[in-house]
Amino acid sequence: MSLSQTCETPVDGHAPADKQPLLRVDNLTRVYGKRIGCADVSFDLWPGEVLAIVGESGSGKTTLLNCISSRMTPTCGTVHYRMRDGASADIYKMAEAERRYLMRTDWGFVHQNPIDGLRMTVSAGANVGERLMAVGNRHYGNIRNTATEWLARVEIDEDRVDDQPRTFSGGMRQRLQIARNLVTEPRLVFMDEPTGGLDVSVQARLLDLLRGLVADLGLAVVVVTHDLAVARLLSDRMIVMKEGRVIEAGLTDRVLDDPRAPYTQLLVSSILQV
Amino acid sequence: MMNTLLVASEVQKSFIMHMRGGVELPVVANVSFSLKAGSCAVLGGPSGVGKSSILKMLYGNYGCDSGQILVSHHGHHIDIASADPRLVLEIRRDTIGYVSQFLRAVPRVSALDVAAEPLMIRGVAQEIAHQRARDLFDELNLPEKLWSLPPATFSGGEQQRVNIARGFITDHPILLLDEPTASLDAANREVVIDLIARKKADGAALLGIFHDHDVRSAVADDIIDVSGFAAGKSAA
Repeated sequence: MSLSQTCETPVDGHAPADKQPLLRVDNLTRVYGKRIGCADVSFDLWPGEVLAIVGESGSGKTTLLNCISSRMTPTCGTVHYRMRDGASADIYKMAEAERRYLMRTDWGFVHQNPIDGLRMTVSAGANVGERLMAVGNRHYGNIRNTATEWLARVEIDEDRVDDQPRTFSGGMRQRLQIARNLVTEPRLVFMDEPTGGLDVSVQARLLDLLRGLVADLGLAVVVVTHDLAVARLLSDRMIVMKEGRVIEAGLTDRVLDDPRAPYTQLLVSSILQV
Repeated sequence: MMNTLLVASEVQKSFIMHMRGGVELPVVANVSFSLKAGSCAVLGGPSGVGKSSILKMLYGNYGCDSGQILVSHHGHHIDIASADPRLVLEIRRDTIGYVSQFLRAVPRVSALDVAAEPLMIRGVAQEIAHQRARDLFDELNLPEKLWSLPPATFSGGEQQRVNIARGFITDHPILLLDEPTASLDAANREVVIDLIARKKADGAALLGIFHDHDVRSAVADDIIDVSGFAAGKSAA
Protein backbone atom coordinates (compact mmCIF):
# COMPACT_ATOMS: atom_id res chain seq x y z
CA MET A 1 0.00 0.00 0.00
CA SER A 2 1.28 3.47 -0.77
CA LEU A 3 0.93 6.43 1.51
CA SER A 4 0.79 8.77 -1.43
CA GLN A 5 -1.89 6.79 -3.18
CA THR A 6 -4.33 6.27 -0.34
CA CYS A 7 -4.57 9.39 1.71
CA GLU A 8 -6.84 8.36 4.51
CA THR A 9 -6.93 9.96 7.91
CA PRO A 10 -3.97 8.65 9.86
CA VAL A 11 -4.71 6.41 12.80
CA ASP A 12 -2.73 8.10 15.50
CA GLY A 13 -2.53 7.67 19.21
CA HIS A 14 -4.95 4.77 19.27
CA ALA A 15 -3.99 1.48 20.77
CA PRO A 16 -5.24 -1.69 19.12
CA ALA A 17 -8.84 -2.12 20.22
CA ASP A 18 -8.82 -5.91 20.38
CA LYS A 19 -8.12 -6.11 24.10
CA GLN A 20 -9.09 -4.35 27.28
CA PRO A 21 -6.62 -3.16 29.88
CA LEU A 22 -5.95 -5.57 32.72
CA LEU A 23 -5.74 -2.83 35.31
CA ARG A 24 -7.20 0.64 35.17
CA VAL A 25 -6.15 3.21 37.76
CA ASP A 26 -8.14 6.45 37.88
CA ASN A 27 -7.28 9.57 39.86
CA LEU A 28 -5.82 7.61 42.71
CA THR A 29 -4.98 9.75 45.73
CA ARG A 30 -3.76 8.86 49.19
CA VAL A 31 -3.14 11.49 51.83
CA TYR A 32 -1.66 11.05 55.28
CA GLY A 33 -3.33 13.81 57.27
CA LYS A 34 -2.22 16.92 55.43
CA ARG A 35 0.69 15.19 53.71
CA ILE A 36 0.29 13.80 50.19
CA GLY A 37 1.29 10.19 49.65
CA CYS A 38 0.28 10.18 46.02
CA ALA A 39 -2.13 12.40 44.14
CA ASP A 40 -4.23 12.07 41.03
CA VAL A 41 -2.46 9.12 39.48
CA SER A 42 -4.12 7.51 36.46
CA PHE A 43 -2.85 4.84 34.10
CA ASP A 44 -3.84 1.67 32.30
CA LEU A 45 -1.85 -1.53 32.36
CA TRP A 46 -2.26 -4.06 29.57
CA PRO A 47 -1.75 -7.82 29.60
CA GLY A 48 1.92 -8.68 29.28
CA GLU A 49 3.04 -5.11 29.82
CA VAL A 50 5.74 -4.06 32.30
CA LEU A 51 5.32 -0.63 33.87
CA ALA A 52 8.06 0.90 36.01
CA ILE A 53 7.29 3.52 38.61
CA VAL A 54 10.47 5.47 39.31
CA GLY A 55 11.34 8.31 41.63
CA GLU A 56 13.50 9.02 44.65
CA SER A 57 12.74 7.96 48.21
CA GLY A 58 9.61 9.70 49.43
CA SER A 59 8.26 10.33 45.94
CA GLY A 60 5.15 8.29 46.70
CA LYS A 61 5.92 5.30 44.53
CA THR A 62 5.50 2.71 47.28
CA THR A 63 2.28 4.36 48.49
CA LEU A 64 1.00 4.15 44.93
CA LEU A 65 2.02 0.51 44.63
CA ASN A 66 0.29 -0.34 47.90
CA CYS A 67 -2.89 1.47 46.84
CA ILE A 68 -3.16 -0.27 43.47
CA SER A 69 -2.41 -3.69 44.95
CA SER A 70 -5.16 -3.35 47.58
CA ARG A 71 -2.67 -3.32 50.44
CA MET A 72 -3.62 0.24 51.42
CA THR A 73 -6.97 1.94 50.93
CA PRO A 74 -6.72 5.08 48.81
CA THR A 75 -8.30 8.32 50.01
CA CYS A 76 -10.04 8.63 46.67
CA GLY A 77 -9.87 7.29 43.15
CA THR A 78 -10.56 3.83 41.76
CA VAL A 79 -8.69 0.71 40.69
CA HIS A 80 -10.43 -1.62 38.25
CA TYR A 81 -9.14 -5.09 37.46
CA ARG A 82 -10.31 -7.29 34.62
CA MET A 83 -11.08 -10.67 36.16
CA ARG A 84 -10.42 -13.97 34.39
CA ASP A 85 -14.04 -14.08 33.24
CA GLY A 86 -13.48 -10.76 31.43
CA ALA A 87 -15.60 -8.67 33.79
CA SER A 88 -14.08 -5.50 35.20
CA ALA A 89 -14.23 -5.21 38.99
CA ASP A 90 -13.54 -2.29 41.31
CA ILE A 91 -11.10 -3.87 43.74
CA TYR A 92 -12.21 -1.68 46.63
CA LYS A 93 -15.84 -2.70 46.14
CA MET A 94 -15.08 -6.42 46.27
CA ALA A 95 -15.82 -8.52 49.30
CA GLU A 96 -12.73 -8.95 51.46
CA ALA A 97 -12.64 -12.71 50.79
CA GLU A 98 -12.80 -12.19 47.05
CA ARG A 99 -9.97 -9.66 47.17
CA ARG A 100 -7.83 -12.00 49.25
CA TYR A 101 -8.42 -14.83 46.81
CA LEU A 102 -7.40 -12.55 43.95
CA MET A 103 -4.18 -11.60 45.76
CA ARG A 104 -3.33 -15.25 46.43
CA THR A 105 -4.03 -16.51 42.94
CA ASP A 106 -4.16 -14.04 40.07
CA TRP A 107 -1.80 -11.49 41.61
CA GLY A 108 1.66 -11.66 43.03
CA PHE A 109 3.57 -9.25 45.25
CA VAL A 110 7.36 -9.33 45.42
CA HIS A 111 8.69 -7.37 48.38
CA GLN A 112 12.05 -5.67 48.49
CA ASN A 113 12.95 -7.66 51.57
CA PRO A 114 12.22 -11.36 51.02
CA ILE A 115 11.54 -11.75 54.75
CA ASP A 116 8.32 -9.79 54.18
CA GLY A 117 7.17 -12.17 51.48
CA LEU A 118 8.37 -15.54 52.74
CA ARG A 119 7.73 -17.72 55.74
CA MET A 120 11.22 -18.11 57.09
CA THR A 121 10.64 -21.13 59.30
CA VAL A 122 9.00 -23.48 56.82
CA SER A 123 10.85 -25.21 53.99
CA ALA A 124 11.47 -23.68 50.58
CA GLY A 125 9.17 -26.28 49.07
CA ALA A 126 6.37 -25.41 51.50
CA ASN A 127 6.82 -21.70 50.75
CA VAL A 128 6.15 -22.41 47.09
CA GLY A 129 3.45 -25.01 47.77
CA GLU A 130 1.42 -22.77 50.06
CA ARG A 131 -0.20 -20.80 47.28
CA LEU A 132 -1.00 -24.00 45.42
CA MET A 133 -2.91 -25.25 48.47
CA ALA A 134 -4.70 -21.89 48.61
CA VAL A 135 -6.13 -22.59 45.17
CA GLY A 136 -7.29 -26.05 46.16
CA ASN A 137 -4.42 -28.40 45.41
CA ARG A 138 -4.36 -31.17 47.98
CA HIS A 139 -2.18 -33.87 46.47
CA TYR A 140 1.14 -33.76 48.34
CA GLY A 141 3.15 -35.41 45.57
CA ASN A 142 1.87 -33.03 42.90
CA ILE A 143 2.46 -30.00 45.08
CA ARG A 144 5.99 -31.13 45.85
CA ASN A 145 6.73 -31.80 42.18
CA THR A 146 5.41 -28.42 41.08
CA ALA A 147 7.36 -26.72 43.87
CA THR A 148 10.57 -28.47 42.83
CA GLU A 149 10.01 -27.50 39.21
CA TRP A 150 9.56 -23.88 40.23
CA LEU A 151 12.69 -23.92 42.37
CA ALA A 152 14.58 -25.15 39.30
CA ARG A 153 13.10 -22.36 37.20
CA VAL A 154 14.46 -19.80 39.62
CA GLU A 155 17.82 -21.63 39.71
CA ILE A 156 17.57 -23.12 43.19
CA ASP A 157 18.99 -26.65 43.40
CA GLU A 158 16.56 -29.45 44.01
CA ASP A 159 18.46 -30.56 47.12
CA ARG A 160 17.49 -27.31 48.88
CA VAL A 161 13.75 -27.96 48.67
CA ASP A 162 13.52 -29.07 52.31
CA ASP A 163 15.73 -26.28 53.69
CA GLN A 164 14.28 -23.22 55.35
CA PRO A 165 14.84 -19.88 53.60
CA ARG A 166 16.64 -18.52 56.65
CA THR A 167 19.57 -20.70 55.53
CA PHE A 168 19.51 -19.07 52.05
CA SER A 169 21.54 -16.13 50.76
CA GLY A 170 19.77 -12.85 49.93
CA GLY A 171 19.71 -13.59 46.21
CA MET A 172 18.32 -17.10 46.76
CA ARG A 173 15.64 -15.78 49.10
CA GLN A 174 14.57 -13.27 46.47
CA ARG A 175 14.41 -15.99 43.83
CA LEU A 176 12.38 -18.14 46.19
CA GLN A 177 9.98 -15.28 46.80
CA ILE A 178 9.53 -14.96 43.05
CA ALA A 179 8.83 -18.69 42.67
CA ARG A 180 6.30 -18.51 45.53
CA ASN A 181 4.48 -15.72 43.70
CA LEU A 182 4.55 -17.21 40.23
CA VAL A 183 3.56 -20.79 41.03
CA THR A 184 -0.17 -20.04 40.65
CA GLU A 185 0.50 -18.43 37.26
CA PRO A 186 -0.76 -14.98 38.19
CA ARG A 187 -1.52 -12.50 35.43
CA LEU A 188 -0.33 -9.47 37.37
CA VAL A 189 2.68 -9.10 39.65
CA PHE A 190 3.61 -6.09 41.76
CA MET A 191 7.26 -5.67 42.67
CA ASP A 192 8.71 -3.22 45.17
CA GLU A 193 12.43 -2.67 44.52
CA PRO A 194 12.94 -6.37 43.70
CA THR A 195 16.71 -5.98 43.35
CA GLY A 196 17.01 -3.52 46.22
CA GLY A 197 19.28 -5.05 48.82
CA LEU A 198 21.33 -7.26 46.51
CA ASP A 199 24.95 -7.19 45.35
CA VAL A 200 25.41 -6.05 41.77
CA SER A 201 26.28 -9.50 40.40
CA VAL A 202 23.30 -11.02 42.21
CA GLN A 203 21.12 -8.21 40.85
CA ALA A 204 22.20 -8.97 37.29
CA ARG A 205 21.28 -12.62 37.71
CA LEU A 206 17.90 -11.77 39.20
CA LEU A 207 17.12 -9.22 36.50
CA ASP A 208 17.99 -11.69 33.79
CA LEU A 209 15.77 -14.29 35.46
CA LEU A 210 12.89 -11.82 35.83
CA ARG A 211 13.18 -10.71 32.23
CA GLY A 212 12.95 -14.29 31.04
CA LEU A 213 10.02 -15.20 33.30
CA VAL A 214 8.05 -12.08 32.39
CA ALA A 215 8.50 -12.82 28.69
CA ASP A 216 7.78 -16.56 28.95
CA LEU A 217 4.69 -16.18 31.13
CA GLY A 218 3.37 -13.00 29.48
CA LEU A 219 3.11 -11.37 32.90
CA ALA A 220 1.86 -7.88 33.46
CA VAL A 221 4.11 -6.21 36.03
CA VAL A 222 4.11 -2.98 38.00
CA VAL A 223 7.63 -2.57 39.33
CA VAL A 224 8.68 0.20 41.69
CA THR A 225 12.35 1.08 41.52
CA HIS A 226 14.65 4.00 42.10
CA ASP A 227 17.17 2.38 39.75
CA LEU A 228 16.75 3.67 36.21
CA ALA A 229 18.89 0.84 34.83
CA VAL A 230 16.43 -1.67 36.28
CA ALA A 231 13.56 0.29 34.72
CA ARG A 232 15.31 0.27 31.34
CA LEU A 233 16.02 -3.42 31.45
CA LEU A 234 12.61 -4.61 32.61
CA SER A 235 9.94 -2.14 31.58
CA ASP A 236 8.07 -1.14 28.45
CA ARG A 237 6.66 2.04 29.92
CA MET A 238 7.52 4.18 32.88
CA ILE A 239 6.03 6.75 35.19
CA VAL A 240 8.28 9.27 36.92
CA MET A 241 7.01 10.47 40.30
CA LYS A 242 7.96 13.36 42.49
CA GLU A 243 6.26 14.51 45.67
CA GLY A 244 3.38 12.13 45.07
CA ARG A 245 2.60 13.30 41.54
CA VAL A 246 3.33 11.94 38.09
CA ILE A 247 5.94 14.21 36.51
CA GLU A 248 6.42 12.38 33.24
CA ALA A 249 5.16 9.15 31.67
CA GLY A 250 5.77 7.27 28.44
CA LEU A 251 7.78 4.69 26.58
CA THR A 252 10.71 3.75 28.82
CA ASP A 253 13.52 4.40 26.36
CA ARG A 254 11.98 7.68 25.26
CA VAL A 255 11.63 8.97 28.82
CA LEU A 256 15.24 7.97 29.57
CA ASP A 257 16.83 9.15 26.30
CA ASP A 258 14.71 12.24 25.67
CA PRO A 259 13.44 13.35 29.10
CA ARG A 260 11.25 16.43 29.02
CA ALA A 261 10.48 17.36 32.61
CA PRO A 262 13.16 19.18 34.59
CA TYR A 263 13.01 16.54 37.33
CA THR A 264 13.39 13.63 34.89
CA GLN A 265 16.37 15.38 33.32
CA LEU A 266 17.88 15.74 36.77
CA LEU A 267 17.32 12.03 37.54
CA VAL A 268 18.76 10.86 34.21
CA SER A 269 21.76 13.17 34.44
CA SER A 270 22.49 11.97 37.97
CA ILE A 271 23.31 8.41 36.86
CA LEU A 272 26.96 7.59 37.28
CA GLN A 273 28.56 6.19 34.14
CA VAL A 274 30.61 3.06 34.70
CA MET B 1 5.28 3.76 -8.96
CA MET B 2 7.16 2.47 -5.99
CA ASN B 3 5.48 2.00 -2.63
CA THR B 4 6.12 4.63 -0.04
CA LEU B 5 6.47 3.06 3.41
CA LEU B 6 7.27 6.12 5.50
CA VAL B 7 6.67 9.84 5.11
CA ALA B 8 8.16 12.44 7.44
CA SER B 9 6.64 15.89 7.14
CA GLU B 10 7.82 19.10 8.74
CA VAL B 11 9.30 17.33 11.72
CA GLN B 12 10.85 19.65 14.23
CA LYS B 13 12.88 18.85 17.32
CA SER B 14 14.78 20.75 19.96
CA PHE B 15 16.10 19.90 23.38
CA ILE B 16 15.29 22.09 26.35
CA MET B 17 18.08 21.70 28.86
CA HIS B 18 16.49 22.38 32.23
CA MET B 19 19.76 21.61 33.98
CA ARG B 20 21.34 24.47 32.02
CA GLY B 21 18.86 27.18 32.89
CA GLY B 22 16.29 26.08 30.32
CA VAL B 23 18.47 26.79 27.30
CA GLU B 24 16.93 25.54 24.06
CA LEU B 25 19.09 23.54 21.69
CA PRO B 26 17.49 23.37 18.26
CA VAL B 27 18.22 20.05 16.55
CA VAL B 28 16.31 19.93 13.27
CA ALA B 29 13.35 21.66 11.66
CA ASN B 30 11.24 21.09 8.56
CA VAL B 31 12.43 17.53 8.14
CA SER B 32 10.47 16.18 5.19
CA PHE B 33 11.28 13.11 3.13
CA SER B 34 9.87 9.73 2.27
CA LEU B 35 11.17 6.18 2.14
CA LYS B 36 10.28 3.79 -0.64
CA ALA B 37 10.14 0.03 -0.69
CA GLY B 38 13.17 -1.59 -2.28
CA SER B 39 15.50 1.35 -1.87
CA CYS B 40 18.08 2.72 0.54
CA ALA B 41 18.23 6.39 1.44
CA VAL B 42 21.24 7.84 3.22
CA LEU B 43 21.23 10.78 5.62
CA GLY B 44 24.09 13.10 4.67
CA GLY B 45 25.69 16.10 6.31
CA PRO B 46 28.42 16.82 8.86
CA SER B 47 28.54 15.43 12.40
CA GLY B 48 26.18 17.09 14.85
CA VAL B 49 23.71 18.12 12.19
CA GLY B 50 21.00 15.85 13.60
CA LYS B 51 21.22 12.65 11.55
CA SER B 52 21.05 10.27 14.52
CA SER B 53 18.28 12.36 16.07
CA ILE B 54 16.20 11.86 12.93
CA LEU B 55 16.67 8.09 13.08
CA LYS B 56 15.74 8.13 16.77
CA MET B 57 12.54 10.10 16.09
CA LEU B 58 11.60 7.64 13.35
CA TYR B 59 12.08 4.80 15.83
CA GLY B 60 10.06 6.60 18.51
CA ASN B 61 13.07 6.82 20.79
CA TYR B 62 13.04 10.63 20.67
CA GLY B 63 9.87 12.65 20.74
CA CYS B 64 9.09 15.26 18.07
CA ASP B 65 8.04 18.81 18.95
CA SER B 66 5.87 19.04 15.85
CA GLY B 67 5.31 17.41 12.49
CA GLN B 68 4.24 13.92 11.47
CA ILE B 69 6.00 10.65 10.77
CA LEU B 70 3.52 8.43 8.96
CA VAL B 71 4.39 4.76 8.83
CA SER B 72 2.60 2.06 6.91
CA HIS B 73 1.97 -0.50 9.67
CA HIS B 74 -0.20 -3.57 9.05
CA GLY B 75 -2.02 -1.67 6.32
CA HIS B 76 -2.72 1.38 8.48
CA HIS B 77 -1.00 4.72 8.37
CA ILE B 78 0.21 5.54 11.82
CA ASP B 79 1.80 8.75 13.01
CA ILE B 80 4.66 7.50 15.13
CA ALA B 81 5.23 11.03 16.47
CA SER B 82 1.90 10.86 18.32
CA ALA B 83 1.33 7.11 18.71
CA ASP B 84 0.93 5.78 22.24
CA PRO B 85 3.77 3.70 23.71
CA ARG B 86 2.10 0.33 23.11
CA LEU B 87 1.62 1.11 19.46
CA VAL B 88 5.23 2.28 19.14
CA LEU B 89 6.37 -1.05 20.60
CA GLU B 90 4.14 -2.93 18.18
CA ILE B 91 5.55 -0.93 15.26
CA ARG B 92 9.07 -1.79 16.42
CA ARG B 93 8.17 -5.45 16.71
CA ASP B 94 6.63 -5.74 13.26
CA THR B 95 7.45 -2.77 11.03
CA ILE B 96 10.53 -0.70 11.90
CA GLY B 97 13.85 -2.34 12.71
CA TYR B 98 16.87 -0.45 13.98
CA VAL B 99 20.57 -1.14 14.10
CA SER B 100 22.00 1.21 16.70
CA GLN B 101 25.56 2.40 16.65
CA PHE B 102 26.39 0.73 19.93
CA LEU B 103 25.10 -2.47 21.44
CA ARG B 104 23.38 -2.16 24.79
CA ALA B 105 24.63 -5.35 26.41
CA VAL B 106 22.49 -7.09 29.00
CA PRO B 107 24.34 -9.11 31.62
CA ARG B 108 24.20 -12.89 31.18
CA VAL B 109 22.39 -12.80 27.81
CA SER B 110 24.38 -14.58 25.08
CA ALA B 111 25.18 -13.08 21.68
CA LEU B 112 22.95 -15.72 20.14
CA ASP B 113 19.98 -14.69 22.29
CA VAL B 114 20.65 -10.99 21.67
CA ALA B 115 20.52 -11.55 17.92
CA ALA B 116 17.58 -13.98 18.03
CA GLU B 117 15.38 -11.88 20.34
CA PRO B 118 13.56 -9.82 17.67
CA LEU B 119 12.38 -13.07 16.06
CA MET B 120 11.47 -14.67 19.36
CA ILE B 121 9.28 -11.76 20.50
CA ARG B 122 7.39 -12.28 17.25
CA GLY B 123 6.70 -15.85 18.30
CA VAL B 124 9.30 -17.69 16.21
CA ALA B 125 10.50 -20.91 17.87
CA GLN B 126 13.86 -20.71 19.61
CA GLU B 127 15.59 -23.31 17.41
CA ILE B 128 14.61 -21.50 14.23
CA ALA B 129 15.55 -18.09 15.63
CA HIS B 130 18.90 -19.40 16.86
CA GLN B 131 19.63 -21.07 13.54
CA ARG B 132 18.93 -17.81 11.72
CA ALA B 133 21.22 -15.97 14.15
CA ARG B 134 23.99 -18.56 13.62
CA ASP B 135 23.70 -18.15 9.85
CA LEU B 136 24.07 -14.40 10.17
CA PHE B 137 27.01 -14.67 12.62
CA ASP B 138 28.66 -17.07 10.21
CA GLU B 139 28.16 -14.71 7.31
CA LEU B 140 29.50 -11.80 9.38
CA ASN B 141 32.59 -13.85 10.36
CA LEU B 142 31.88 -13.65 14.08
CA PRO B 143 34.06 -16.34 15.70
CA GLU B 144 31.93 -19.28 16.78
CA LYS B 145 33.49 -19.41 20.24
CA LEU B 146 31.80 -16.06 21.00
CA TRP B 147 28.26 -17.05 20.09
CA SER B 148 27.27 -18.39 23.49
CA LEU B 149 28.94 -15.58 25.46
CA PRO B 150 27.38 -12.27 26.56
CA PRO B 151 28.71 -9.54 24.23
CA ALA B 152 29.67 -7.10 27.02
CA THR B 153 33.35 -8.05 26.75
CA PHE B 154 33.47 -8.24 22.93
CA SER B 155 35.48 -5.76 20.85
CA GLY B 156 33.67 -2.85 19.19
CA GLY B 157 33.62 -4.63 15.84
CA GLU B 158 32.35 -7.86 17.34
CA GLN B 159 29.57 -6.05 19.21
CA GLN B 160 28.65 -4.22 16.05
CA ARG B 161 28.27 -7.50 14.17
CA VAL B 162 25.99 -8.86 16.90
CA ASN B 163 23.94 -5.68 16.52
CA ILE B 164 23.80 -6.05 12.75
CA ALA B 165 22.66 -9.67 13.04
CA ARG B 166 19.97 -8.55 15.49
CA GLY B 167 18.77 -5.85 13.08
CA PHE B 168 18.85 -7.96 9.93
CA ILE B 169 17.35 -11.13 11.38
CA THR B 170 13.72 -10.08 10.86
CA ASP B 171 11.89 -9.09 7.71
CA HIS B 172 10.80 -5.66 8.94
CA PRO B 173 9.60 -3.55 5.99
CA ILE B 174 11.59 -0.56 7.25
CA LEU B 175 15.14 -0.73 8.58
CA LEU B 176 17.08 2.14 10.16
CA LEU B 177 20.89 1.88 10.26
CA ASP B 178 23.03 4.14 12.45
CA GLU B 179 26.61 3.76 11.18
CA PRO B 180 26.46 -0.03 11.08
CA THR B 181 29.89 -0.34 9.47
CA ALA B 182 31.84 2.18 11.58
CA SER B 183 33.89 -0.45 13.46
CA LEU B 184 34.15 -3.08 10.73
CA ASP B 185 37.05 -4.15 8.54
CA ALA B 186 36.81 -4.09 4.75
CA ALA B 187 35.71 -7.72 4.42
CA ASN B 188 32.86 -7.31 6.88
CA ARG B 189 31.82 -4.00 5.33
CA GLU B 190 31.35 -5.97 2.11
CA VAL B 191 29.13 -8.43 3.96
CA VAL B 192 26.96 -5.59 5.24
CA ILE B 193 26.74 -4.05 1.75
CA ASP B 194 25.54 -7.42 0.52
CA LEU B 195 23.00 -7.76 3.36
CA ILE B 196 21.62 -4.31 2.51
CA ALA B 197 21.37 -5.21 -1.18
CA ARG B 198 19.37 -8.32 -0.26
CA LYS B 199 17.02 -6.33 1.98
CA LYS B 200 16.39 -3.97 -0.92
CA ALA B 201 15.72 -6.86 -3.25
CA ASP B 202 13.21 -8.18 -0.70
CA GLY B 203 11.36 -4.86 -0.86
CA ALA B 204 12.46 -3.25 2.41
CA ALA B 205 12.90 0.51 2.73
CA LEU B 206 16.21 1.39 4.40
CA LEU B 207 17.48 4.62 5.86
CA GLY B 208 21.04 4.83 7.07
CA ILE B 209 23.91 6.95 8.25
CA PHE B 210 27.22 5.90 6.68
CA HIS B 211 30.40 7.89 7.07
CA ASP B 212 32.32 5.44 4.91
CA HIS B 213 32.30 6.69 1.31
CA ASP B 214 32.66 3.27 -0.27
CA VAL B 215 29.73 1.87 1.67
CA ARG B 216 27.62 4.91 0.98
CA SER B 217 28.19 4.85 -2.75
CA ALA B 218 27.57 1.10 -2.83
CA VAL B 219 24.18 1.23 -1.09
CA ALA B 220 22.64 4.69 -1.55
CA ASP B 221 19.78 5.21 -3.97
CA ASP B 222 19.04 8.61 -2.54
CA ILE B 223 20.92 11.10 -0.37
CA ILE B 224 18.94 13.22 2.07
CA ASP B 225 21.03 16.23 3.04
CA VAL B 226 20.28 16.93 6.68
CA SER B 227 22.10 20.30 6.57
CA GLY B 228 18.99 21.51 4.77
CA PHE B 229 16.96 20.73 7.89
CA ALA B 230 19.37 22.30 10.34
CA ALA B 231 17.32 24.18 12.87
CA GLY B 232 20.19 26.22 14.24
CA LYS B 233 20.17 28.87 11.51
CA SER B 234 16.61 30.05 11.91
CA ALA B 235 15.75 29.22 15.50
CA ALA B 236 18.85 30.15 17.50
